[in-house]
Amino acid sequence: MSDWNPPVDSPEIRRLTPVIGPGHTFGSVTDKISSIVLTRPTSLGWYIGFLIAFSLMGMMTIAIGWLIIKGVGIWGINIPIGWGFAIVNFVWWIGIGHAGTLISAILFLLNQKWRTSINRFAEAMTLFAVACAGIFPLIHTGRPWMAFYMFPYPSTMGLWPQFRSPLIWDVFAVSTYGTVSLVFWFVGLIPDLATLRDRAVKKPLKIIYGMLSMGWRGSARHWHRYQSAYLLLAGLATPLVLSVHTVVSFDFAIAIVPGWHTTIFPPYFVAGAIYSGFAMVLTIAIPLRKAYGLEDFITMRHLDNMAKVMLATGLIVAYGYFFEFFLSLYSGNKFDVFLVQQRLHGPYAPFYYALILCNILTPQLLWSYKLRHNVAVLFIMSIVVNVGMWLERFVIVVISLTRDFVPSAWGRYSPTVWDWATFIGTIGMFVTLLFLFVRVLPAISIAEMRELVADTSEEKK
Amino acid sequence: MAQIFHRSTNFIARFSVFSALFLVGIALVAVLAVARSPYMTRQNITREQPVQFSHKHHVGDDGIDCRYCHTGVETSAVAGIPPTKTCMNCHSVLFNNASYLEPIRESYRSDKSIQWVKIHRLADFVYFNHSIHINKGVGCSTCHGQINQMPLVFQANTLLMQWCLDCHRNPEQVLRPRDQVFNMDWKAPGNQAEIGAELRKSYNLRTTAELTSCSTCHR
Repeated sequence: MSDWNPPVDSPEIRRLTPVIGPGHTFGSVTDKISSIVLTRPTSLGWYIGFLIAFSLMGMMTIAIGWLIIKGVGIWGINIPIGWGFAIVNFVWWIGIGHAGTLISAILFLLNQKWRTSINRFAEAMTLFAVACAGIFPLIHTGRPWMAFYMFPYPSTMGLWPQFRSPLIWDVFAVSTYGTVSLVFWFVGLIPDLATLRDRAVKKPLKIIYGMLSMGWRGSARHWHRYQSAYLLLAGLATPLVLSVHTVVSFDFAIAIVPGWHTTIFPPYFVAGAIYSGFAMVLTIAIPLRKAYGLEDFITMRHLDNMAKVMLATGLIVAYGYFFEFFLSLYSGNKFDVFLVQQRLHGPYAPFYYALILCNILTPQLLWSYKLRHNVAVLFIMSIVVNVGMWLERFVIVVISLTRDFVPSAWGRYSPTVWDWATFIGTIGMFVTLLFLFVRVLPAISIAEMRELVADTSEEKK
Repeated sequence: MAQIFHRSTNFIARFSVFSALFLVGIALVAVLAVARSPYMTRQNITREQPVQFSHKHHVGDDGIDCRYCHTGVETSAVAGIPPTKTCMNCHSVLFNNASYLEPIRESYRSDKSIQWVKIHRLADFVYFNHSIHINKGVGCSTCHGQINQMPLVFQANTLLMQWCLDCHRNPEQVLRPRDQVFNMDWKAPGNQAEIGAELRKSYNLRTTAELTSCSTCHR
């Protein structure tokens, strides 16, 4: 079956394209995945990649350190553009995280088998993206050491935080999201950590994995409780996929700034989040399966499905752009009409056209079965969508703020070297964490893959 | 294969999870308690002054009015620290040989101010005005305590924002008739709630929303 290439994208063929390569047994799956962590020597490529990413992360540390010493004046922000890169990057990162939760929670509840081999690293991606996202609002406050003011604790001021402020909503939404994602991820890891504990040869590794696996013995009772817990956590995480980016969109939507004050923001932000998230999952999955020879586990079926989700969410986003555009014109509000003109002809128009190119036009290529099955094309496409989604947030933040109501209050925005250093630095941090994750934890869920082997072999009988 | 962990690790694991939660809880409570403690607020802590001036003696025993020394209290933001000349009004003839008062005489001769230690320090970002409080019937002792019983002055209250707001949210509880403002021994009468409400009306106090607005104190 392996050297037979399906000629057309028919439902029959699609059903035959497996979610796991043929001929795998419980043992081979476990061997393959755990060997990446335990036995395989760390490759030179890993060291080089890690070194580059870690240096970028160092650059971020320097940029943030300088920011704390000097204040937010080192950034390109100034009235009227108080938001700039920090908010653009925050929204971008938090959006990327959403695909991980969608894959791990919603697709789990919908019983989609193809989620199995991608959920682990997609969830890790979620956590790391939330970590990157969390940095930005924190440093954007200007005094990050006072950030605890945003938590409702019995302070000596006799005041609670301003619960009508979306900044506070963000704190709750993002911290809940981070916590639930972490717990969900960790609970999912427990059986695999126990596998690593049992397979590790060196004593310190046995102890570390043993402590992390929290006494897992794989008894029926353990599995029973584990599955209830996992299901409950999936249920908890599911509403978060929708709520977190909705709250993030409220940061904009409750303001009266033209282009922000619109009810379409929550759904269109959520779709955009999943869009960018799936793009990022592809960006990670394609090199990962190549580097570690995981083509049997992350098959073309997975890549194909993810490309389709990207196409679908991309179309929702396109619908959002269209209605944003249409409603501005239809409202007859002169500031909204003016905003549309600014997007099309203003100083930042090139960014808007680049956004349309990246987010709406290019992904239409995914209609083609051939292109969906071309790994190189998919990889490039996923990068293009990531860039496009970043541009979307840039367009929303910068164009609306630079020219709002009164011409005398207009301004321009351009990021400084510190803006770039912080942004690229968070990408470095993200990649650093991914490198470490792939090296020390199973990037694919061993336990769930075994289940998948059991399920698919039953089908054969 | 030998077990990696001894049986006892089960207990250690559970115990450490419990104590971690417990310790975090204790730590949070401790931080909140320390923030309110005299260690941070300096409530009830007396401090040495260049001359051990006793308010108990001057106010309590001699009956000198607050305004004799703190002349600005009815008309300006700060009550004012008296110049050495105010001391010398009496002490040029009373105890004029006491070695205890030598720093006062030295200050008078050399025309250099005595560096009194400030007890009631508000944060720099707080706008506070004595005169408005005095004129709206808030007595000295409401905030400063019974100065007439303090040999050395200490802070009778926490001066935390919470404490300011307690009053700004509900000023009726402390409002006095104007002639009682400087009375150090004033105690709220039984029907303070009624009197306070009436006084609030007659003093034309602003609404609680205005009194607790951020920019009332942080300008």
